[in-house]
Amino acid sequence: MDGLQVVEKLKAAMPEAVHGTGEFARQHWIETRDNRAKGVLRFLRDDPELAFDALMDLTAVDYLNQGMPERFGVVYILYSFKHGGYFRVKAWVPESDPKIDSVHDLWKSAPWAEREVYDMFGIVFRGHPDLRRIQLPEYYTGHPLRKDYPLRGMGERDTFPRYVREEGA
Amino acid sequence: MEPKLDLPPSKPVLEIEQEREDDLGGRRLVVNFGPQHPATHGTLRAIVELDGEIVRSMALEIGYLHSGFEKIAEYRTYNQTVTVTDRMNYLSPLCNNIGFALAVEKLMGLEVTPRCAAIRVILYELSRVADHILSVGLQAMDLGAFSVMLWTFIERENLYDIFEAVTGARLTTSYTRVGGLFRDVPPDFEEMCRTFMAKCGKSIDDIETVLNENRIFRDRTVGVGRLSKEEAISFGLTGPLLRACGVPYDIRKARPYLGYDQYDFEIAVDDEGDVFARYRVRVKEMREALKIVDQALRALPQGPIWVDDPRIVIPPKNADNAPSGGMEGLIYHFKNYMLGHGVCPPKGEIYFATEAPNGELGWYLVSDGSGRPYRWRVRPPSLYNYQAFPEMCAGKLLSDAVAVLSSLNVIAGELDR
Repeated sequence: MDGLQVVEKLKAAMPEAVHGTGEFARQHWIETRDNRAKGVLRFLRDDPELAFDALMDLTAVDYLNQGMPERFGVVYILYSFKHGGYFRVKAWVPESDPKIDSVHDLWKSAPWAEREVYDMFGIVFRGHPDLRRIQLPEYYTGHPLRKDYPLRGMGERDTFPRYVREEGA
Repeated sequence: MEPKLDLPPSKPVLEIEQEREDDLGGRRLVVNFGPQHPATHGTLRAIVELDGEIVRSMALEIGYLHSGFEKIAEYRTYNQTVTVTDRMNYLSPLCNNIGFALAVEKLMGLEVTPRCAAIRVILYELSRVADHILSVGLQAMDLGAFSVMLWTFIERENLYDIFEAVTGARLTTSYTRVGGLFRDVPPDFEEMCRTFMAKCGKSIDDIETVLNENRIFRDRTVGVGRLSKEEAISFGLTGPLLRACGVPYDIRKARPYLGYDQYDFEIAVDDEGDVFARYRVRVKEMREALKIVDQALRALPQGPIWVDDPRIVIPPKNADNAPSGGMEGLIYHFKNYMLGHGVCPPKGEIYFATEAPNGELGWYLVSDGSGRPYRWRVRPPSLYNYQAFPEMCAGKLLSDAVAVLSSLNVIAGELDR
């Protein structure tokens, strides 16, 4: 199914959830809000014609000072083995309350991807069974893929716990 | 004197090396499997709860090799980022190079020349052989067949000789550039490949002779780590793992890139979904890859390896073009290398997936029109493949977990990035 058809179908089925659409290099996506995202994704998975049965990737983008509706965009990349089409959903998440519903009950591939987004962007996934940092250690502070996080870190490297040998040992 | 580790409080998933009593008075033992364990082939850690020899539950910890590639890439130009991709799947770095170059070319709307595409296909498939043959060898080694591992290392060494002759490096190849290649292949490239293919075909025959009907190998792989088709799709499995579950999905066929539709090859599929099926799929894919290399070598066109676009073409290093080669050379160099010139994709975002040896290697790139990616996201196949590991091992023997793990071929560099 062509991306444009998916967009049209979504617009017809849930007009209140579609906040915008986008197209680049013949790849289509829709934009929605944090509180609507899960409903849209559930519809995309369960509708027999759309049947997006695989969540290929879940990631986020930090649009700091880019003039976007909100600071964070959580991106869901879906694939359907039924009709062989990709589709993207971008959910806007505000900086003041960076929370969005977890989709771990829709696709089994979601939990680790959501943990990574939480780790790197500090976006909290409501209802996630095990929301911990995944790549960075538990005692890390900060979320490195945010645009206001410097490349060289914020001094975490100097305060990492380390082995201490006692004198004369 | 014991070294003291001064750790702040954290919440462990399972308490290590603690015996717990269950309802029936039996005892559960929680042990560490990795991060330093010969069967993990990398720094992977699984915390396993054992009931006797049976795995009851498993918690995975990753991130031991996290290097912040996605952050680094936001501070590099597109051509500089190629070096970052080398370090991801270090068994087949050329696949990462080529996949990344294709993604940026898609973002810019470029089409590479036929010769460039054919060279990329040859190297892509040779890398696939390098990845699969090592994966099969290590799988056999984990189950006790040490000679197979040595044979596969010989073949990998031969392949690395080819890669070194072509790219100048064995592992950190960094061969592609946006819109072309770092340099053309050497004159004896076809001869090298033909010599390798003759030897490799025989090695694959030998591996199959030793393993296919081997009682020990079959006992430890057939029916182990089985996953249903629906679960595999839900877990986002791709590549040989998905095809071993009976889903004939190969991106090279589904959405051909680099002219893969011109080559005659089959998708390797197996219905069993167990460790043996994954081994069979990998072996079949190696044979198909050699078939593709053969066809591509026969039809290797002559011509330029760079697209016809002087704004992005990196000029050859000769006296006329070097910065020291007069005003013209200086301007040319400046326009190619200074930030904001050269490779600057238009504002937009794309997702582009390639069929890497481990599965779908996708790139989600967001460009803001400058010379650096605004967001550089890799969809690592290993991350999603490894996530399904506890599901495949639950209720099985601990020794089966070793067989399953080697069949997943998880590459820590790609898993943690």
